Amino acid sequence: MRPLTMSRVFLRCGLLAVILFLAMVIALKLGAVQVSLYGLGRDLIRVLLHQSSAISTDYGMIVVDIRLPRILLAVLVGASLSVAGTSFQALLRNPLADPYVLGISSGAAVGSIVALMIENQLAFSAEYAGLITPLGAFIGAAVTITAVYFLGRREGQIDSTTLLLGGVITASFLSAVIMFLMSTLAGSNLRGASYWMMGSLSSLPPRSLLYLLGVGFVIAAGAIYTTASDLNLLLAGEKEAMHLGVDVPRVRIVVYLAASILTGLAVSVSGAIGYVGLLVPHAMRMIFGADHRMLLPASALGGAIGLVIADTLARTVVAPSELPVGAVTALVGAPFFIYLLRRRLG
Amino acid sequence: MSTPLRMPGPSQDQPRGNPDVRLSVEQASYAYAPNPSQAPLFTLEALSFQAKPGEIVSILGPNASGKSTLLKLISGALEPLSGRIFLNGFATGSLPPKVRAQRIALVQQESRLLFPSRVLEFVLQGRHAHGRGLRFVSDEDIAIATNALAQVGASHLADRWMDKISGGEKQRVILARALAQQPILLLLDEPTLHLDIGAQVDLLESLRRLAAENRYTVLVVTHELNLTGEYAEQVVLLQKGKCLRVGPPATVFQRDLLEHVFQAPLTVEMTSSGRPRVTLFSKT
Repeated sequence: MRPLTMSRVFLRCGLLAVILFLAMVIALKLGAVQVSLYGLGRDLIRVLLHQSSAISTDYGMIVVDIRLPRILLAVLVGASLSVAGTSFQALLRNPLADPYVLGISSGAAVGSIVALMIENQLAFSAEYAGLITPLGAFIGAAVTITAVYFLGRREGQIDSTTLLLGGVITASFLSAVIMFLMSTLAGSNLRGASYWMMGSLSSLPPRSLLYLLGVGFVIAAGAIYTTASDLNLLLAGEKEAMHLGVDVPRVRIVVYLAASILTGLAVSVSGAIGYVGLLVPHAMRMIFGADHRMLLPASALGGAIGLVIADTLARTVVAPSELPVGAVTALVGAPFFIYLLRRRLG
Repeated sequence: MSTPLRMPGPSQDQPRGNPDVRLSVEQASYAYAPNPSQAPLFTLEALSFQAKPGEIVSILGPNASGKSTLLKLISGALEPLSGRIFLNGFATGSLPPKVRAQRIALVQQESRLLFPSRVLEFVLQGRHAHGRGLRFVSDEDIAIATNALAQVGASHLADRWMDKISGGEKQRVILARALAQQPILLLLDEPTLHLDIGAQVDLLESLRRLAAENRYTVLVVTHELNLTGEYAEQVVLLQKGKCLRVGPPATVFQRDLLEHVFQAPLTVEMTSSGRPRVTLFSKT
């Protein structure tokens, strides 16, 4: 047996990063307007050199102003949801935990909608307005995970089946709340109910929000990664982890908060995209094993790759029309969830 | 580093007392209650005993006698309702989790793993409390884990998967993980429960050897009368939350007392080694 080393983690993540880069290049090329690789490279280098004005062609504008930000959004949202899923699976000791299945994404969506409504009522200055939605989404996510956690407890222990049922019911309840808010109070800029419930990357958030998403991801995912070796022991149960020296209450609060931040940020810019946090960690676990020091960064990169591919499919397979990306992930994810459930019960 | 202030009298953060005494349970008690306003469902009445380095202490009693509660108090998982429990002069309940895991190792009945790991990886979990940050294993960690496996005679299992080994092998691997913590106090909760008689004797023989070689203080929770009689230096006899007797097996193992505690007809005889042996016979 060769124990995991830092250099192996870097090597494998480097490989995944190369795959992510290739997926992004292909995603940039595909679409209604075909782009040559040469043109792509030339325009991207101009962007990096701050010579955007030199990009004259129409397709260059399409690539740089429309496709590229959307792909970067897919990278950040995919990475956030996967890391959140991996964290919830470890903390709740349930391989079926996922922000969407547990209703946490729906909670974040409700939080976003309420925040947008408040934003419409109160006239905030432009600098702060962008922060309200992610904040509302985070609060919605944190409140929901707390509620689901206590719903899933029986006699002081997390019970897998009760937890999942509690999450599914919470998700269904919150979807009804979303429908209710949408049909009674819908303002002009609240987007549609299907956007929030299915998730979509089609409407680009303001650039400031994209930066916030990036910074938030680095901080929250970084905080979770500092607990990676604690999470490994938590897989054996909270009591056992405590006796092996894990400060369980501290790890629990750090990871719950950080995973709620990740879910909230992702949902506030893309709605509730499902099953990414379930599919990706499982695929990565099959390839790299269950050690969180490897699994967390692999999930982040794998989630980015997965959502870039899913979103490219969403905007190309029924072109010129477009599917919500959440429909693509659910088409793949829901059968996979059933498969995992059967295998666990069998 | 500043020198701590000398406080008059015993303080929970000051090493104190007899250096020969490693574990000191002083009038510790506990009560389980569903909520504070209701009468407790179970009470462990105040009890005291002391244990020295290299000593095997058996916490003996039938089901629901409070054995596991006492173990939780000593391990620091529960805070005593009254009284104190000191390990080398430090109250076990107030130690930070990391420090506690460097001093106390607990061997529990096996828990199901969510995702299986290999035996050596499992034993390396015992090094967690001694590491920092991401805890990528050092050569020293590997050496300690390999040595721990050797001490329980399980070196050949290192590359096997935890879910593919037998119950007795698993018990030894769990013990090896506890040894990898390099503790001074080793707690075992019903370690012989799923083992056949040969494996039980193997386990206790290795515990006796480990206690002697590494100067561990070993506490074993059990209801096995004869294993206690044969291997323990000290017995803490519990019944329905009360401590009835503390002392060496030869004095605790009295026919009337054991028949009363275990509700079974039995005889006690002394072997040539001065160890008591218990024989059960049928009630008819």
